Amino acid sequence: METIKIQGTDDTPGVILDPIDKLFQISGRSLPEDVTAFYDPLLEWLDDYAEENKDKIEFEFKLTYFNTASSKLLLDVLLKLEEMHEDGTEILIKWFFPDDDEDMEEAGEEYADIVEVPFEQISYTL
Amino acid sequence: MENNNQASLFLDYVYEIYNTMRSKEISLVYEGEITHEITKAFTSLTESNMGKEQENSSVQRKVFHVMVECLQNISKHSEAGDMYQSKDGRGIFMIHKNDNKYSITTGNAILNENIASLKAMLDNINSKNKEELKALYKKQIKEGRLSEKKGAGLGFIDIARKTGNKLEYNFREVDETTSFFILTSTVLRIN
Repeated sequence: METIKIQGTDDTPGVILDPIDKLFQISGRSLPEDVTAFYDPLLEWLDDYAEENKDKIEFEFKLTYFNTASSKLLLDVLLKLEEMHEDGTEILIKWFFPDDDEDMEEAGEEYADIVEVPFEQISYTL
Repeated sequence: MENNNQASLFLDYVYEIYNTMRSKEISLVYEGEITHEITKAFTSLTESNMGKEQENSSVQRKVFHVMVECLQNISKHSEAGDMYQSKDGRGIFMIHKNDNKYSITTGNAILNENIASLKAMLDNINSKNKEELKALYKKQIKEGRLSEKKGAGLGFIDIARKTGNKLEYNFREVDETTSFFILTSTVLRIN
């Protein structure tokens, strides 16, 4: 499996999907011009990964902003992780939010309510 | 002579626009095609202005959220009909700012046949309190599908939640097929 490493920009998040070092992270800002073109390859990667691997995954979300179109695709990523969890892979979602950003904290709580996966909220100082 | 007169009238008009913008406290106005590049340019301009003015970070984030959703609404949903020679994705975008609030206003063409459903959606959102909006958001994110134009149907709900204010809107009929849809969202400043 190849590693996906995407540098974050003004409108697209940084992504690390590293099957060797077991690093899984989406960070930064997400308001891509075409949300599905950005997220579909990540969802496909997770599908492929799930077929070959059952080791524990700690998936980090460290976003500072996402638009509503991205929120739908982020849910798709979380639902994919929920599916893997149901198939016996140990999953931990780590949702990072800036300590003064209540909306980002609440967004994490809402996702945690929707998907049935161990979910940890972590605040940090920007 | 006539040309000189026209040029002078135009300059008067420019001065008039300047004065109107000053008196109405409009800090940004744009009419034209709303593309992704325009969205990025306006949001980063506004962000840097708010940064310079040391605007409260929560207010900054809310203004940014509302701007992105409003601009993307136009680029995805503006339906010109015969207005603007059938060019979709066009509209007007304005930011009004005073000591108490930011108002983000958009205007775009919409087909008359779509007014009723849009109005019903906005009225439904405006009738809901904070908790009900949260429930509506969750329902829509779970059950909604991305539209052909990659809209999640969450934009207006998100604006209402982030601002904590009602969505103010108006439709102006242009002709028998098209109307002009105006939407204003208000973010209160923390003084």
